[in-house]
Formats: sequence, structure tokens, C-alpha cells
Amino acid sequence: MNRPASLLDNALNLESTQKGRVVLVEDCVETSGAFVLHHLIKRFLSSPNLSSSDSIVLFVAFAQPFSHYDRVLRKMGCNLAAQRETKRLLFFDMLMLECPDDGVEGGLIALYGNIQKAVEVNSSNKNITLMIDDISLLEVAANGSTKDVLNFMHYCHTLTTQFGCTIITVLHEDIYSSGDGFTFPLQMEYLADITIKTEPLITGLAADVHGQLTILNKGMIDGFGSSKGKIHNFHYKIKENNVDYFYPGSRS
Amino acid sequence: MADAVCRVLRDGALEGEHATSLTINDSVDSPFGPTVFHYVFTQLSSFISSGKSQSRGIVLVTFSRSPSITAELLKNRGIDVAGSHEWLRVLDCYTDPLGWKERLKDHGVIKTPLTEASLNVTVCKDVRKLDDLFSQILTLGKGLVGDGKNRFSVAIDSLTEMIRHTSLSSVACLLSNLRSHAQVSSIFWLLHSDLHDLKAVAAFEYMSSMVANVKPLTSENTDKFYLLEQSYKRGEFHASLKRRNGRVRVMREEFSIENSLIKFTSIAYGENAVAQSLVPKVQFNLQLSDKERSDRAKVVLPFEHQETEKSVQIYDGRKSDKHESNGASVEKSKKQEDSGRGEIIYFRDSDDEMPDSDEDPDDDLDI
Repeated sequence: MNRPASLLDNALNLESTQKGRVVLVEDCVETSGAFVLHHLIKRFLSSPNLSSSDSIVLFVAFAQPFSHYDRVLRKMGCNLAAQRETKRLLFFDMLMLECPDDGVEGGLIALYGNIQKAVEVNSSNKNITLMIDDISLLEVAANGSTKDVLNFMHYCHTLTTQFGCTIITVLHEDIYSSGDGFTFPLQMEYLADITIKTEPLITGLAADVHGQLTILNKGMIDGFGSSKGKIHNFHYKIKENNVDYFYPGSRS
Repeated sequence: MADAVCRVLRDGALEGEHATSLTINDSVDSPFGPTVFHYVFTQLSSFISSGKSQSRGIVLVTFSRSPSITAELLKNRGIDVAGSHEWLRVLDCYTDPLGWKERLKDHGVIKTPLTEASLNVTVCKDVRKLDDLFSQILTLGKGLVGDGKNRFSVAIDSLTEMIRHTSLSSVACLLSNLRSHAQVSSIFWLLHSDLHDLKAVAAFEYMSSMVANVKPLTSENTDKFYLLEQSYKRGEFHASLKRRNGRVRVMREEFSIENSLIKFTSIAYGENAVAQSLVPKVQFNLQLSDKERSDRAKVVLPFEHQETEKSVQIYDGRKSDKHESNGASVEKSKKQEDSGRGEIIYFRDSDDEMPDSDEDPDDDLDI
């Protein structure tokens, strides 16, 4: 259990005292960012440094049903079903969410209301993490209205300042073709404090390296603590039940 | 130079003129637009709280940041937050911009949202009605400075969110109304320029008397990660100030972030360092020491107009008899009184060499 912290953990530096950050995982078809999300679920639910009642994960799933995450996390040594029993994982199954055509009234506002209600109930706990998998499907549920999605994300962002929540979201970057003024990924990058990009290697496919991670940590540049603007770049290899992270060239 | 921008905002507008306005543009490549915005805001705040500026108060319209972060920021800059009631009003368009929370609260789903207690905050429940927003800004401003001739400043963070909720033309209309209001002294706003098309950015730049662009550093190094790393620490600040007569003054500065404080440095130093490191390694000493450089600066060049109000004797080739000594004609720019200054002495090789003259060298041509 007490493995040394991985490069990813060090780069994210989520254990620092700063709260209320927004983490954006940007992935593409060749390199899915799902493993980062799995890693973070596990980290927040079974972090060795936090006593177990301290952290709560709110998981809003648009992409996969609960049984999928349960299977993946079980291989990684984390029992989601048990966590759900003890109310440390609150799972919102949004696979069937369809917003009414005439606006967001029934859909996104209600969803936001449920999220804030859950946050308020648990706000005596120290760490609340809100995970949304993923933004692109949230947009589909909102009938393709990016404006509504951005409004929804704005309201989620207010939770970070009011309750110190951490927000983790996934965005498929390559479905938004750049150049035609479609600025949705950029909007999300402005909102995020930490952006994690998963990309294939520029040099092409390799057997030992599945892709590279670039982590842009804007830090909190508006007044709190240190202002470490940091960039990390390393390669990863996904194994059966864990992921290896290493700097380029450090593996033969 | 960033200070020059702040001073112009401090001085405000003349009677019957539009309010001074500043656009701060940034892009995702250099994420320091909010930092620059806060720098300008705190500078102006300290001018206002110490009574040095034309405006007597400031209305902050905040879309992208919670008022609690503003309170934190003022505290970090050593500005008295408790005393800010005298000169600061916050119009909070962040907490509940579309009234979702209000609606959910009415349905009993959620509890009352907390409001920031240390600042004087008014929450705006529907930012799509810009007319209401305009009158709210004016009410807050007049609440600070009264109905008389006193003026106040307006800060908007950021226009990007505002445009998302409404439209370009209505935001432009709001800004134009604010600028032409007699009680508004200065106004500044932040714009994420890469989220808008060029015409939107240009429209706001026309409406502002100053434009500040926050840009990543330009570098010879093409390593992508090196550039990224640098642009998360430092950047360039380009500002253009429009004068009343239509002249535009353009300035550049470099800034770096240290301990969450922004520091502006003149860009000349940076360029010098780059230039020196580009000089190839040779056997000759191509660099000048500081003493040599200062000595060089003191040399009086043999020009007629040295602005020293003394007549300068320059050899013009016709009075050579006077100055001749040891067979060589000597020309001195002027007598040196200060031994620390250099001079240029010109020895003419021989009398055969024709001195420079006003004569047209081509007058013998027969065309």
C-alpha cells in the first residue's frame, strides 16, 4: 500500500495545503486519459496520508456505468462497492440524462442542485472531490450547448471557493477541431489550475511507452502560498493493474 | 511602465471627456492576465485609499473569481480590508450569475450560500440583463462617492464571461455608457483575447485609451517544454497609450512572478543579456567592462551641436595654418576641462587629403 509516490503524484502535488483546485485531463483517441482518472479515484479514496473518513468522492458518470469503474478499481486494489456502502463514494449515474429541449431547467440545474446538496451534507468532512467523466458527454447530454456546459462548470467552480472542493474532469481534446474558432477546450483550460495532457509519442508507436503526460500546473497565482508554475513531462506505460511513470530515456 | 499605465488610470479623465479605459488582453499561452489585472487593481486601490487619485472609490465587477479571493489578495498586499468599506464595492457576478442557486434554494434543495463578510458585496442574480447591471454599477458607485462631482473607477473581471452570457454589441454598449458617464473616472477590464474573434478584440481596443497585452516571452530556443516552462514564470507586457492628440505611445516590459508577486523589469536588460551570449567565442576581447562602457559614454564627439552653449571649433580645411603643428594638422573638438571626459583627436595624414567641405563633389560632372 505504501508505495513511493509516483511521478504523477509528485507533479500534481495534491497533498499540499492548497484546496479548491480544478484539474483537467485532456486526452485523445490514441491515448485515453481514463487511467489518470482511475489513479486519482484510488488516490482520494485510499490515500495513506489521510484518515479514511476525511475524503469523499462525488463521481458524476456520463461515460461508463458503475460496474465498469468497480472492475477497474478492484484490480488496482480498491473496492468501490464497499466505499459506496460507507458513503465515501457518491456515484451519480448520468448515462441516461437528457436535458429538455427548452433549456437546462430540468437537466443541468437539477444535477447541480444534487451535487451541491451532497457537498453541503458532507462539508464537515475535509476533502470533497468532484469528478466528472467526461465533459464531452456532458455536452452531448446538454444537447450540444457549450454555453450551458460552461455555465454548469462555472457553478461547479463556485464550490471550490465556497467549500474547498477539488474538481477533476476529463475532456477529449481531439473532437474539437481547432482553427474554426471553436474555443471550448481553451475555455476549460482557463478554468483549470492543473491541466494533464495525454498524448501519443511524437515519434510514433512504441512497445515500451504508451504515451506521454504533460502536466501544466498553474499553481495558485492569485494570492495563496507559493506560485510554483511548473511543467512536468514524462512517459508512461500501462500495465495490467498499475501504471509506470518514467522520464524519457530513463528506461532501456 | 506598468506603473505609467496605473498612473494614467489614477489621473482619470478631464471634465467632459470619456473616462480613461484600459484593456488587459491575455491568452492561454501566458496565464498572467488575472495577475496583471490584480496588480493594476491593487495599485489603483492603494492610490484611492490614500486619496491620491481622481476617483474616490472603486466598483469591482467580478465574474471569474470569488470576492473572497479579492479579500485575500488585498490582505496579502497589505491593504486594510476592514477600511475598504470606505472606497470599495464588489458586484458579485461570480457566485450566482444565472440565479440557479436562488432557484434551487427556493425549491429547498440547497441552503443559503455564504457571502463574503469582510468586503461590501452585492450579489447579482442575473447577469444577462446588462441594463440592470449598468444601473447596479452606478448605484454602487454613487453610494461610494455621492451624487456630486466626485468620481469613481470601475474594474471588470472579465469581459469574456460577460460576452458569453450576452452578446458583443450589448457588452460594448454597456462599456460605452460607463465610459461616457460623468462620474466615472477610469475603467479597466480583462479579456481572454484568444477566446474571441479578432473583431471583438479590436472593438474593445478601440473603446480603450490604453491596451495592455500579456504575452509569452519570445525566445530563440525552440524546445517546446523549455518555452512552456518559461512562459509559466515570466512574460512580456506590451502597452500602448493613446494620447489626446492621437499619438500612440508603445512600450514593452518584461515581468516575472516571484512569491506570487509580479515584478516588472525594463526589457533592455534582457535583450542585452541575449546579445552578449550570442557573441561567438573569439580570441579578441569584444566585451566592454562597465568602466570602459561608462568611459565610452563620456567621449564628446566632434559634432557642432553639443548643447553646451560653447562655440565648438571644427577644422573646416581652410584655417589649417593656425592649428598646424609638427607637420600634421590637429583638430580638436574642444578644450577638455573635465579630465574624466574623453575627446577625439583627428590627425590629417597629409595636406593632400582633401578636407570635407560643403562643395558638391559632382559639380565637375558635365551632364
